[in-house]
Amino acid sequence: MKNNLIRFVTLLMFFAAFSSRADITLEIVTQGTHQIPIVILPFANESMGDKALTPIVGADLTRSGLFSVLDATDVKPAPADVEDVRWDDWRNRHADYLVVGNVQELPNRLMEARFRLVDVNTQMARLNVAFQGTHEQYRMVAHHIADAIFENLTGDKGMFSTRIAFITKNGNRRSLKVADSDGFNEQTMLTANEPIISPRWSPDGKRMAYVTFELKRPMVVVQTLATGARKIVASFKGSNSAPAWTPDGKELAVVLTKDGHSQIYMINADGTGPVRRLLTSSGIDTEPVFSADGQMLYFTSDRDGGPQIYRVSATNSGEVPQRLTYGSTYAVSPRLSPDGKLMTYVQRSEGQFHVMLQDLTNGQTQVMTDTSLDESPTFAPNGKYILYSTEVQERGILAIVSTDGRVRQKLTTQTGDVYEPVWGPIQ
Amino acid sequence: MKKTILALAVTSVLAACSSTPPASTSAPAAEKTAAPAAVAPAAPASEPVKQALYPAKGVGGALGQRGIYYDFDKYAVKDQYKPVVDAHGDFLVSHSAAKVTLQGNCDERGSREYNLGLGQRRADSVRKVLAAKGVKDSQMETVSYGKEKPRNPGHNEAAWAENRRTDIVYQGE
Repeated sequence: MKNNLIRFVTLLMFFAAFSSRADITLEIVTQGTHQIPIVILPFANESMGDKALTPIVGADLTRSGLFSVLDATDVKPAPADVEDVRWDDWRNRHADYLVVGNVQELPNRLMEARFRLVDVNTQMARLNVAFQGTHEQYRMVAHHIADAIFENLTGDKGMFSTRIAFITKNGNRRSLKVADSDGFNEQTMLTANEPIISPRWSPDGKRMAYVTFELKRPMVVVQTLATGARKIVASFKGSNSAPAWTPDGKELAVVLTKDGHSQIYMINADGTGPVRRLLTSSGIDTEPVFSADGQMLYFTSDRDGGPQIYRVSATNSGEVPQRLTYGSTYAVSPRLSPDGKLMTYVQRSEGQFHVMLQDLTNGQTQVMTDTSLDESPTFAPNGKYILYSTEVQERGILAIVSTDGRVRQKLTTQTGDVYEPVWGPIQ
Repeated sequence: MKKTILALAVTSVLAACSSTPPASTSAPAAEKTAAPAAVAPAAPASEPVKQALYPAKGVGGALGQRGIYYDFDKYAVKDQYKPVVDAHGDFLVSHSAAKVTLQGNCDERGSREYNLGLGQRRADSVRKVLAAKGVKDSQMETVSYGKEKPRNPGHNEAAWAENRRTDIVYQGE
């Protein structure tokens, strides 16, 4: 790549508190079978205390399961640019790719990390990029570097710089939290002694819709991450739950019981204006989710007996919803991959609740887990991983499985339960 | 002001062995031996306060029970719990000032949102039986807690059975 592409990492730090402490700990369980061997040389001038970038980049790539990150800690001094790299060393160690770079201090506590991704065999640079950020944003700068490398070498967008949301529970104390996708930089959006469920990122990642029981019955709230400001957007008589953003971020599908049992309605995301009923059935209709293009609505319904997953035109032209799940008496919690080709959901079979993956182009399904109490699967924004909650040794934990089933990770908290994970968008 | 002290012969309503909850979490022993009488909190004599009414809890008869239990993913009131719902229906019809909240609950398995809908159906199914008995709409509210407030925190069939439940909760109780 010939031009010097400079991307500015502008990060909105929401809330005042900043911490790089990881309250959830990530553990790699299995990795892919074909890993790309890569060496990430320590960047010249990268160490500011314990804030080195390249260990974070290496951890990200390792975590993806698709890379074998070779040890480069014995390379001293670290070469600042390609001219200083001893290529024979890395060919001998069977590295296919090499990352070399440096960090420069800029005014106003900004730093710039510039690096090249080089093919070891041809010594041709595949990537020559610089990222800027404040010192406090060093982890996010490292995640953006890892994203750029991941995308260049796998063809899929990286998701290391994205964030996840989840609920933690200790006794009666529930917290809605947001963290980097590696569990660091955890921030608490809300703590309550009543249930909080169903957090959903707005498509731009700036707001979160969720269900809170703080007023003794479920209501839908939208909270702005940058300010913490909250607004109740659905508090109709009865139960208000299961928010799902339209792709333009202007409306929410919600499940209301104001007219009887759980049914799906549309409201404006700012809580103003009229409410519009989207579907009518004699059963429970819930867990609505829109396809990425907004054309289709997927949802859970027990209209045919037990809960199953259905699809219908989101414009609701009156057509009969199409049932998508068979082979089990209980299929719930649909979520779609960004390209709309895959659907993940939870199925009960032989008393076990497993994360499933269905190829919507041919209807083929596969069981993705061997745990028995899986819940709320959610796709990574690149569609290559599924994050879900499950129970291990009587504690709620988060887990990740790649859509090819090869890569598995666990995320656990120190105490209590963690559940209702949802992966935020690429920003 | 009408002073309301109720003395119901609760024990005579039903032996109701069949409607025992699947797990023993009923009221403490002291409560069980309490007089089988309905109670009304005493209001200061000078104030015409609307009094909350409720039958005594845990007295052994159907009216002393507050829980209606279900099978997995089911919400219809099972035959064995109909005497309990009927007894509360009779009480509510004869005490029009009494009000109940019907709280639907589910076990920990499956989707939180689907369970929220299922808990609502469980509460609604009790409400329908009560309405058929002649209980006024204004005397009943429903709420679903889904799987969010398990009474039994265990992860086994006994805990799950106990948590698949509609609670009949009287105002002021």
